[in-house]
Amino acid sequence: MNLDLDAAAIGFRDEVRDWLASNLPATPLPSVDTPAGDAAHRDWERRLAAAGLAAVSWPVEYGGRAAPPLHALLFDEEYHAAGAPVRIGQNGLFLLAPTLLAHGTAAQCARVLPPMARADQVWAQAWSEPEAGSDLAAIRSRAIRTDGGWRLSGQKTWSSRAAVADRAFGLFRSDPAAGRHRGLTYLMFDLRADGVSVRPIRQLDGTAGFAEIFLDDVFVPDQDVIGAPGDGWRVAMSTAGHERGLSLRGPGRFTAAADRLVSLWLSDPRPALRDRVVDAWIGARAYRMQAYASLDAPVPPSATKLFWSELDVALHETALDVLGARAEVDPAWTAGYLFALAGPIYAGTNEIQRDILARRVLGLPR
Amino acid sequence: MRLAPSTDQAGYAAAVHELLTDADLPGVASAWADGDVAPWRAMWSRLAGLGVTGLIVPERWGGLGGTVADLVVVAEELGHHALPGPVAESIGAVPALLAAAGRDGPADKWLPEIAAGRVVATLAAPPWLPFAADPDVADLILLAGTDTVWAGRADSAYPSIDAGRTLAEVSPAGVLASGAAGAVAQAMNMGALVCAAQLLGAGRALLETSIGYARQRTQFGRPIGSFQAVQHRLADVAVGLEFARPLLHAAAAHPGQRDRDVSAAKVACGEAAHRAARAALQVHGAIGYTREQGLGRWLTKVRALTLSWGTAEQHRARVMAELAKEARS
Repeated sequence: MNLDLDAAAIGFRDEVRDWLASNLPATPLPSVDTPAGDAAHRDWERRLAAAGLAAVSWPVEYGGRAAPPLHALLFDEEYHAAGAPVRIGQNGLFLLAPTLLAHGTAAQCARVLPPMARADQVWAQAWSEPEAGSDLAAIRSRAIRTDGGWRLSGQKTWSSRAAVADRAFGLFRSDPAAGRHRGLTYLMFDLRADGVSVRPIRQLDGTAGFAEIFLDDVFVPDQDVIGAPGDGWRVAMSTAGHERGLSLRGPGRFTAAADRLVSLWLSDPRPALRDRVVDAWIGARAYRMQAYASLDAPVPPSATKLFWSELDVALHETALDVLGARAEVDPAWTAGYLFALAGPIYAGTNEIQRDILARRVLGLPR
Repeated sequence: MRLAPSTDQAGYAAAVHELLTDADLPGVASAWADGDVAPWRAMWSRLAGLGVTGLIVPERWGGLGGTVADLVVVAEELGHHALPGPVAESIGAVPALLAAAGRDGPADKWLPEIAAGRVVATLAAPPWLPFAADPDVADLILLAGTDTVWAGRADSAYPSIDAGRTLAEVSPAGVLASGAAGAVAQAMNMGALVCAAQLLGAGRALLETSIGYARQRTQFGRPIGSFQAVQHRLADVAVGLEFARPLLHAAAAHPGQRDRDVSAAKVACGEAAHRAARAALQVHGAIGYTREQGLGRWLTKVRALTLSWGTAEQHRARVMAELAKEARS
């Protein structure tokens, strides 16, 4: 693809490509949701950070390169094309960091971001609750004012990577008398603090990819509030945009998977499946070209989330059908398929995304 | 490479939009459907005044010498208004074909006239384009084979599913250019891209009109646009259009317009527009099924254009053929 990259972009892309070629682990790392995998993935992140590649778009003082958004896209594409490991730090890197850079203080950024980039601190997201899923503003977990900070109590669930993470960020109700969307405060807390217990939940694929978090009178200092107390909903919605949009699911994953799917089909070209393979490839290309177009003209995050999550399912469904009976015992494609099935649920279900797109973007009435 | 339209391109498209908004297109279309093409010719002249008909005609032949990226932005606007006529042919494929293959004779003779809007051109190129569109308004009819271009003679025209369109088979009546394989291939891609852009624009119009109707039409005491069944269907339409557009712009922006990318754009724009058309008719209900209401101009144009300039089946086959070539090289 000729994207007319300038010399700086080409230089950066080549640097990433070369670095990955000479540093990629020779054999795949153990699953990120096992103790051995946890250590191996943190070690991998440290090597990325040492090469200045953990978070290229961040300001230099926090461990980034102040690279333009185009470079972040190029990094994502090279990373996935090389088949590099899952980013254990992704919740922090892609969700908390943009929020801190937009709403946090310089002191918070300086304290949180450098250890995040080195995976010395791995972050979990603590938003959903048993009674607050799609209806996120129904959050009941409390933050109660105390001397020098807040005391957190309640239960969070479906918290990705909480079983292995060190810290978490989430929304708490600080003023029950205020309206549903007001009176929420965005806080960071230590998952190893007194009063926190974490119960891993086994997912469809058998791994403990997410967990419940129980909080019983957990102290959090004022310095760990992001934005103003009571302003958490607004702060959270900026994170939601990142989660639904390009920063969590860049086009690299889909481009790489579509290329593998085309090779798979070409190795045994059965005509009845051809058009589904072509459509998956076209979808991946559409997502990639949209990512480049979005550098100049933003795209609604709700539309982006609908597109990538449905593309991911369709692409993997097609791959299983192309593999035929062998698909059942193909570990890579079945793992990818099970991972894809979660996409239309997390980061706000696709039904909620359609509500948002219809009402906020298209202007249809409530 | 910039994939989103530039300020200049958006400004030019807005000027075209304004001209077409003020131009009583429903009247033009219904006159056309009744066999009176004079209002349409007047409209075409006004578009020529803005430079649309000579947009990609090189300046030496009196055109604007614009890029393919410029062309698809304008063509989206023509589709947005469901403009009748051989649009992909006269502003896309034929100028590209003549400029590349016609060097001396035909280009000098025809391109200045096409750019000025005095000559409307159409083209058949079997098997991808078995019929020439709208031969009854065309002053220049061409027939293209793999590497030869003929002046063509149209057989009697068939009415299309789209009341603002007719189709005819074309027989050869004298060679205009031979050894023109590259020019023909380029022209075919140009026609497919303009057609894809028209589809995208028509899809956008169908979404806009559906939103407007759903906000205003009340049933069960509420606007029908407040029902999730309607909201979610229109949200899916919006996603389809939003993610077809970058394929179109990327295909247009790539120098030489690669077959693979053009076909991907045609498939995606066609699907997105078709989904918009089906949703629009359901949202409008019976009123949308009337000739009088006017939605039908877009519904039938979308169906006609998805079948023209290569069907989805042909374009999907070409995408895979190109991917297979890349895999071998």
